[in-house]
Amino acid sequence: MDTCIEKIRTICADLLAKGKVQKVIGFAEGSIPMASRPIAVTSKEDVAKLVFNATCGLNLANYVSDVLPKEGKIAVTAKGCDSRNLVTHMVENQVSRDQLYIIGVPCTGMVDKRKIAALFEDEITDFIEDGDTLTIVSPQKKEKVSKKDVLRHNCRVCTHRNPVVFDVMAAEPVEEQSLDQPFADVDHIAAMDPAARWAHFQELTKNCIRCYACRNACPLCYCPTCFVDESSPQWVGKGQDKTDINTFHFLRAFHCAGRCTDCGACVEACPMGINVRDFTRKLNKDALELFGWEAGLDMEKRPPLDVYSPDDPNDFIK
Amino acid sequence: MNFITIDKKDWTTGIDKSRETYQVFGPVQDENGCQIKPLAPDVHPLMDAGVTVMSPKSVLFPQTQKMLTATLDASIEDHHVMKPVKKDDTPRVVLGIRPYDARAILLVKLNFDNPDYQDPYWCEAYAATTFVGLGVNHPGPCDFSTSTGCGPFSEEGLDVLMADLDDRYLAKILTEKGETWAGACGFDTRADAAESQSLFDILRKEAEKNITSVDTDQLSEKSILDLYEAPFWDDVAFSCINCGTCTFVCPTCWCFDIQDETKHKTAVRFRNWDTCMSPLFTHHASGHNPRGSKVQRVRQRFMHKLKYFVDKYDQGIMCVGCGRCVASCPVNIDIREVCTIMNNYESK
Repeated sequence: MDTCIEKIRTICADLLAKGKVQKVIGFAEGSIPMASRPIAVTSKEDVAKLVFNATCGLNLANYVSDVLPKEGKIAVTAKGCDSRNLVTHMVENQVSRDQLYIIGVPCTGMVDKRKIAALFEDEITDFIEDGDTLTIVSPQKKEKVSKKDVLRHNCRVCTHRNPVVFDVMAAEPVEEQSLDQPFADVDHIAAMDPAARWAHFQELTKNCIRCYACRNACPLCYCPTCFVDESSPQWVGKGQDKTDINTFHFLRAFHCAGRCTDCGACVEACPMGINVRDFTRKLNKDALELFGWEAGLDMEKRPPLDVYSPDDPNDFIK
Repeated sequence: MNFITIDKKDWTTGIDKSRETYQVFGPVQDENGCQIKPLAPDVHPLMDAGVTVMSPKSVLFPQTQKMLTATLDASIEDHHVMKPVKKDDTPRVVLGIRPYDARAILLVKLNFDNPDYQDPYWCEAYAATTFVGLGVNHPGPCDFSTSTGCGPFSEEGLDVLMADLDDRYLAKILTEKGETWAGACGFDTRADAAESQSLFDILRKEAEKNITSVDTDQLSEKSILDLYEAPFWDDVAFSCINCGTCTFVCPTCWCFDIQDETKHKTAVRFRNWDTCMSPLFTHHASGHNPRGSKVQRVRQRFMHKLKYFVDKYDQGIMCVGCGRCVASCPVNIDIREVCTIMNNYESK
């Protein structure tokens, strides 16, 4: 994956030099090991700052609508999931196709930074990615691991690694994964009895500090004012009351129903390591099983929750 | 200054003994990382834990804290009259606090306990608490505490500073509170003062070698308006997603919001940590928001920590260099870089 960065830089330098785009949204090297950061590049001299590696786990579709120029285009580098969220943005009229120049980046997955940190008792001081081999260093030891073994869960179950929409590709497409049980995690929770299931979700959110990083890292959450930030009326309490914390998580998840691409940015952003995908994954499974729908694959089709269909599987709507 | 030596074999027995007097707080590990929490009677602090994700500020300043309560039952004489809730002012001890976090408590004290205002909730908790610090032998890549007026073996704000010497702790008793705590644990093996101090000095120098440093020397000389209007804020703020992570994990962020809630016949007034990253933080009743855009909010956070605070209190920056915001920021905004940009900024 790291080999495609030269191509990305060449494409970006050309786009900026010819004035085809006003800026490029991509990733830059972070200041600490295993970190990268979103960046907007506006001159061809700065394209050297762009990187693409297994730590680029945020979703850049989240940055597009904030920086759209009145005229002209911006370019964005897009993994499979980023591209699906760009499609979702277009379907939901947040951006139009002609405002974007999409640099497709085939993706072999992002690393689970917590899983890697858990391999060490002390703090990681260096992280080197060479193809599938990751070399991770701390004062106490140096460890070589295969990237495949430390992928984020959403990347392990991803079946859309290649961008679904693009103007140019930065590399040859990668092979898509086929899965026997794509929703084993959801099935596991669904098999619990109601009390155990409730306990699972109570335990899941117990350390939530309500920083809203999950919401803010999510490209779907673009409401000008989120319901939890409304003050008149105030829909939900602001404190650490369990009911209020749950209300936020439950409603956030429902707002993502039929829209979530399982990009994993929410989990990536959470400082407390909460697997908030436990909420959205069930809704993704329902969208697939009830409506044959995976978000962000088709610019021509309306999402299942904003369209009426005579063959809707639910009785109440007929 | 008194030094005592504590054999690690005696540590848990001593801590258990102190539970007769103290509510014990310390680092514990759960699946979400390491946190400073009140310890259940059968739990002991994880003294060799890494940096806790959240700072220990919540020991004195909980994220949600009840302040006043009232009954809405009109049949009761003083209904609808807000009254203080009973505060927990029993002695407590925080074990394994990092030296920079102790300095942070002194910075927070400037807000909650000063000649103009004394916040009763914070002040009483502070008076009841003993801080037993543990020097940091191996500072991590985000630690820059030597640039913020403290460091891995700083004593400021602590009652006891301990050093981990593999099979034992060497403890420097810094205050009367610290002496009382050691007594309550039964830790009384005196160590030679000169020898102990030189051991501390060696550990400190060794630890400080690996710490990144950041210059803050020019900040007080800069003009507020020049920094405020500087052109770099758009770039600094670009990647920010405006979550509250940096402010919530910060040991020195002290802002809170007061809320009233009612349930059945009871009304409660409580306060919650607030964050200047949220648009709601400055949302006026009129609907106007003086910090309505992301870049304004990001600028506010750094200007407060690295300029307004510096000018107002003359105590350095409002940051102790713990690096928690650097480690937890989902988009890797690094206060060290922003501080350098501000410190070096020359207006044209």
